[in-house]
Amino acid sequence: MQWETVIGLEIHAQLSSQSKIFSGSAIAFGAEPNTQANAVDLGMPGVLPVLNKAVLAMAVKFGLATGAQIGRTSVFARKNYFYPDLPKGYQISQMDLPIVGPGEVEITLEDGSSKIVRLTRAHLEEDAGKSLHEDYSGMSGIDLNRAGTPLLEIVSEPDMRSAKEAVAYARTIHSLVRYIGICDGNMQEGSFRCDANVSVRLKGEEEYGTRTEIKNVNSFRFLERAINFEVERQIDVLEAGKSVVQETRLYDADLDETRSMRSKEEANDYRYFPDPDLLPVVIDDAFIDSLRSTLPELPAARRARFISELGLSAEDAGTLTADRELADYFEAAMCGGKVKAKLAANWVIVELTGRLNKENLSLADSPVDAGALGQLLQRISDNTISGKIAKQVFDAMWAGEGSADEIIEAKGLVQITDTSAIEAMCDEVIAANPSQVEQYRGGKDKLLGFFVGQVMKASGGKANPAQLNEILRKKLQG
Amino acid sequence: MHDKTLAELSRLLAEGSTTSVELTRHFLDRIAAHNDSLNALITVTADSALAAAEAADAQRAAGNAGPLCGVPFVHKDIFCTDGVRTSCASKMLDNFIAPYDATVVSKLSEAGMVCLGKANMDEFAMGSSNESSYYGAVKNPWNPDCVPGGSSGGSAALVAAGLAPAATGTDTGGSIRQPSAFCGITGIKPTYGRVSRYGMIAFASSLDQGGPMARSAEDCALLLQAMAGFDERDSTSVERPVEDYSASLGDSIEGLRIGLPEEYFGEGLDPAVAETVRAAVAELEKLGAVVKKISLPKQALGIPAYYIVAPAEASSNLSRFDGVRFGHRCDAPADLEDLYKRSRAEGFGEEVQRRIMVGAYVLSAGYYDAYYLKAQKIRRLIRDEFLEAFNEVDVIAGPTTPTTAFALGAKTDDPVAMYLNDIYTITANLAGLPGVSLPCGFVNDMPVGLQLLSGHFTEARLLNVAHRYQQVTDWHRRMPAAYQ
Repeated sequence: MQWETVIGLEIHAQLSSQSKIFSGSAIAFGAEPNTQANAVDLGMPGVLPVLNKAVLAMAVKFGLATGAQIGRTSVFARKNYFYPDLPKGYQISQMDLPIVGPGEVEITLEDGSSKIVRLTRAHLEEDAGKSLHEDYSGMSGIDLNRAGTPLLEIVSEPDMRSAKEAVAYARTIHSLVRYIGICDGNMQEGSFRCDANVSVRLKGEEEYGTRTEIKNVNSFRFLERAINFEVERQIDVLEAGKSVVQETRLYDADLDETRSMRSKEEANDYRYFPDPDLLPVVIDDAFIDSLRSTLPELPAARRARFISELGLSAEDAGTLTADRELADYFEAAMCGGKVKAKLAANWVIVELTGRLNKENLSLADSPVDAGALGQLLQRISDNTISGKIAKQVFDAMWAGEGSADEIIEAKGLVQITDTSAIEAMCDEVIAANPSQVEQYRGGKDKLLGFFVGQVMKASGGKANPAQLNEILRKKLQG
Repeated sequence: MHDKTLAELSRLLAEGSTTSVELTRHFLDRIAAHNDSLNALITVTADSALAAAEAADAQRAAGNAGPLCGVPFVHKDIFCTDGVRTSCASKMLDNFIAPYDATVVSKLSEAGMVCLGKANMDEFAMGSSNESSYYGAVKNPWNPDCVPGGSSGGSAALVAAGLAPAATGTDTGGSIRQPSAFCGITGIKPTYGRVSRYGMIAFASSLDQGGPMARSAEDCALLLQAMAGFDERDSTSVERPVEDYSASLGDSIEGLRIGLPEEYFGEGLDPAVAETVRAAVAELEKLGAVVKKISLPKQALGIPAYYIVAPAEASSNLSRFDGVRFGHRCDAPADLEDLYKRSRAEGFGEEVQRRIMVGAYVLSAGYYDAYYLKAQKIRRLIRDEFLEAFNEVDVIAGPTTPTTAFALGAKTDDPVAMYLNDIYTITANLAGLPGVSLPCGFVNDMPVGLQLLSGHFTEARLLNVAHRYQQVTDWHRRMPAAYQ
């Protein structure tokens, strides 16, 4: 039988505001338990929530970045259930009138093709605290630092047809929220969490199969594995003549499997109703326009520009624009056009990123900033040094020995472009290797490399490679 | 001293005829003498009151005392008071020491007022007789066999008995006005959003509103002046300047259009109460008001709509009392489920549990549209009906309650009979309107309340009409014999 996978994602992006969504408490990660929880976060009797306007602005920016309808009137609702890390006994979320309505994003697949994924909605809500079951024998600890942290829940339509598509979509959203500066995207710290709704159906069927929801996936790799596991499991169930149970399943990365957490029957009746403590949020054109003007060039547009205007390959453009900081770095390293795009792209993608990965550093921690790299690339462009020497200079820059110019100067690495000097070196090498000259002239073309190597060695690597090739070829032909 | 109005005490303080310490001692003595029988206060804060009184006298000596500086009063025990038990008259919060001040509390402190303690009330403000309090029923000072009304029953009783010149109250369906009527004092429920709800323990968030209870409209004007105003910590408080409520007191009411809704004088109203209220309206006519009969047919929908909206919000608001972070926790819970169930079953009284269950039911899947949504639509209809009426009249007048105070225990077994007591007050909450109740006579030696309602944010008008009436009558000066 031919099965088709259907996937929709619910992504919780933690918004990078200074304070919580309904209180003035800070939201720094990793603080001592309960040091970032005030009376409002603790759900003390009599306290009231007040919406953080910065959070609202972030949600609207997301809506603008996905071409979505912005809810001119949106309403906060209470989702009622009891849990110790939910201080008020309800979570403030949005139900009927979310801040962001239907929108879409374009994703790029591995084969270079692209696909539109529709967004159902995105709504604001507060996070719960944490229950700590370890370290307390017979008791549970409650840490309410996270309670009230602002989240944007981004819900997609069931438009993805494979785990790879789901990952491509998640990566696209991940890139987007970081681009527009509303989420740091840190998956390890839980700032960006994906829940996947997965079902399978026979190819050609119109009805969706029964879906399960996979929770607790904290990396793109696990997302792919969890979905693949779940798809296989559902197919096995169906092929054995049984039915898939609608339920929530937890992904266990250690065992690489999903397992049942709770079934639909066990699900709460959340008794949603509009929160009477918060008035409907009404936003006007002026507010939306003011935010539109703060939006940066978005990844898809930037990628297209890199291809069409800078002549980069689709792959390089995709790599550079996946991360706003990397793309910014790349553009800065071009020094206003003094460095060719392709050269800058190669250096940023291969040398810089390779070195950062090797040393496990983030771009922000790079010892060589974009301006410094740009200077080095200019010296390649103006033939002061060769690409090979540049790598040597780059190593020295990385080690903190100074700017490209300082290092080139101090180490005497300026490329030799004086034709007579190169000719003299060629003459010497030709004179010292008569038998190789004879073989070359007898048709062994490959020996050109040998001569180039010898002259290069003699020049300390500084001879201009293009000139050297040309001069040698002429001289060897006699 | 205790038969004087707050305004009179304020003048005595201003002219130096008395001091805050003297007044504070006097009222603390009154509380010590009478609270055992009345049960109007849950907590008395004598030490901090005397300290506040000394500070107020010093402030006055320094020459920067406002009209409320040094005046003693009592807070309803629903307002959070930093460092002082705030029980909401529930076993659930019997051990709860609030870690912060409600906005109303800090505002009155800043005005220099001296808080003598916390007033008894119906548990979580759910009740119309003050009989649902964990700390026991409050007696009506006019007759100890009768209820003082509720939920602000302690506040009303203590002002009527002269244990303090004023108290704060809250009104969700009549909880300031109904006990004011039963105890023969003056109380105003302001427009929804006029007084901050921050720190006022929520019963039904979209209906709750704090306000003053005192001997006269003039007193209420002084108190409301200090309580009202926008609060950035309450998103539902309204950003709008506060009028000068005292400035217009005494203005002529010549030509004031008063509407008498026929529905407020129909079945269920004690004829003697009706007669007393009509006489009061006639008094206002003598002052130049023009009386007009009107009809508000949708008023009858008020009680059923209220008893869906209020319990729905309450069921959610009271979820935070789960035995985890504060309040009552059952002994030796077997597991989390047991902790929740027993803590809440033990901590909440019968009426509170009844409303939580009703509220959870009307919000549940499959019932939400039929109950909650429909009730919200009715609410809009009632509001629109009022606003339309206010195109024709300036003030709507009627009885605050269908009868005078009823006997203790008379309605405790019949929740619906109890709920019907709020039939004339409840719609103002549903519509967010301000309403005042003021004493206008007696039936069988028990006080009768006149209720005046007007449009949103017209508290100044309401207080002036009440004040004009009080200038030509002395019902508000009467005190129960046992407390004179």
